[in-house]
Amino acid sequence: MSEKFTVSAEINGYPVSKQVEPRLLLSDFIRHEVGLTGTHVGCEHGVCGACTILFDGAPVRSCIMLAVQAHGHSIETVESLGTPDDMHPLQEAFHEAHGLQCGYCTPGILMTLKPWIADNPNPTEHEIRTALSGNLCRCTGYQHIVEAVKIAIEKTHHTEENE
Amino acid sequence: MKPAPFDYYAPTTLEEALALTAAHGTDGKLLAGGQSLIPVMNFRLAQPTVLIDLNGISALQRFTATESELKIGAMVRQSVLERDPAIAHLAPLIHATMPYVAHSQIRNRGTLGGSLAHADPAAELPVLAVARDARFRLQKQGGDRWVAAADFYQGLFETALADDEILTEIDVRPLPDNVGYSFHEFARRHGDYAQAGVAVLLTVDDSGVCQAARLVYLNVGDMPMDAKGAAAMLVGNVITPELIEAAAQFAAANEIAPSGDVHGSAAYKRHLAAVLGKRAIVEALSKV
Repeated sequence: MSEKFTVSAEINGYPVSKQVEPRLLLSDFIRHEVGLTGTHVGCEHGVCGACTILFDGAPVRSCIMLAVQAHGHSIETVESLGTPDDMHPLQEAFHEAHGLQCGYCTPGILMTLKPWIADNPNPTEHEIRTALSGNLCRCTGYQHIVEAVKIAIEKTHHTEENE
Repeated sequence: MKPAPFDYYAPTTLEEALALTAAHGTDGKLLAGGQSLIPVMNFRLAQPTVLIDLNGISALQRFTATESELKIGAMVRQSVLERDPAIAHLAPLIHATMPYVAHSQIRNRGTLGGSLAHADPAAELPVLAVARDARFRLQKQGGDRWVAAADFYQGLFETALADDEILTEIDVRPLPDNVGYSFHEFARRHGDYAQAGVAVLLTVDDSGVCQAARLVYLNVGDMPMDAKGAAAMLVGNVITPELIEAAAQFAAANEIAPSGDVHGSAAYKRHLAAVLGKRAIVEALSKV
């Protein structure tokens, strides 16, 4: 039962290949095998959303997938977004609006929002809150997160038009 | 948290998967989207010794949508049910209900067949399948059978699916244009398991007389609860506010079996079922 399987996947644009037990969770693979600790692990049963990553471009919870299931697929984690000197518009917006306190939930929220803000240039506040509903934050009360999303949408969709 | 060890198989064809289910019987567990199974494996509430992952079988991820037919592969993701324009057109009740199913991240991974076969009494999709008289194709090595949704559900997490069978395809008949539909549920937070919910379908003729009705409730019994008595009260009559009230009250009092939990008593859930039933009938009637 401890037979190992090869996982060859693309993570943040780079090829990764490892031998893993089939019971290894994708979240633990990303953190412990690949060393990308930006993906956080909260509840480990698919409720809190902290471990959200993009799997073939779509947000999923990496704690309720197996690492072997990533074989041949593409993964993006929060490390793909930006650097301290060159932040992604979402990261800039969360910085400006104070959209985080402890930051534990933030990577999952950012990865949930990355494709969502691209697809939703003019959401209502209700739609923003629905989009955030699969990610729990116990610090902020969400108000500043919603503000950050509005700023990120402005930066993404409306700034370039004015230039 | 880690799942207990298991042998893992990732077949790429249905034939391979059927051979694996035949070989492993009760030890084999099918992995669809995994959005319910992997959490219970993380908690070790489930410790399957053999896991047969269906995600590599592309044939199960297809669907056929024409004006007269809608057949959906069991491994079609819930996000496809939510977003595909052909499915939205042919199965507007399913399309309208998908946002109630957990959260977008879950729907990106969760599948139609996985949710139907898991048979959680709190899940939306089994209720829709029963309300629409969907049929499930159960395949095994050397044979298959079609089972009506109402016969598939047999008890709490119990279905007609045998150990050597795989739910491969769902026949969701397109909703006729003259059917009014509605789905209502109540949950404490968006995406939580609903405390109660109901799907309603109504057919009304030109003179306003109800020709057919279905009311199917979720999470107020061991499986989807088909309120046939309340539906019979509506059929053959012009649907008035008094009749709506009477049918919704009848279903809530006689045709569901809720149990109390930390979120509310059984009496509260009967109250919820009556309120939601009433709202759903009114909305379905407005769409006829």
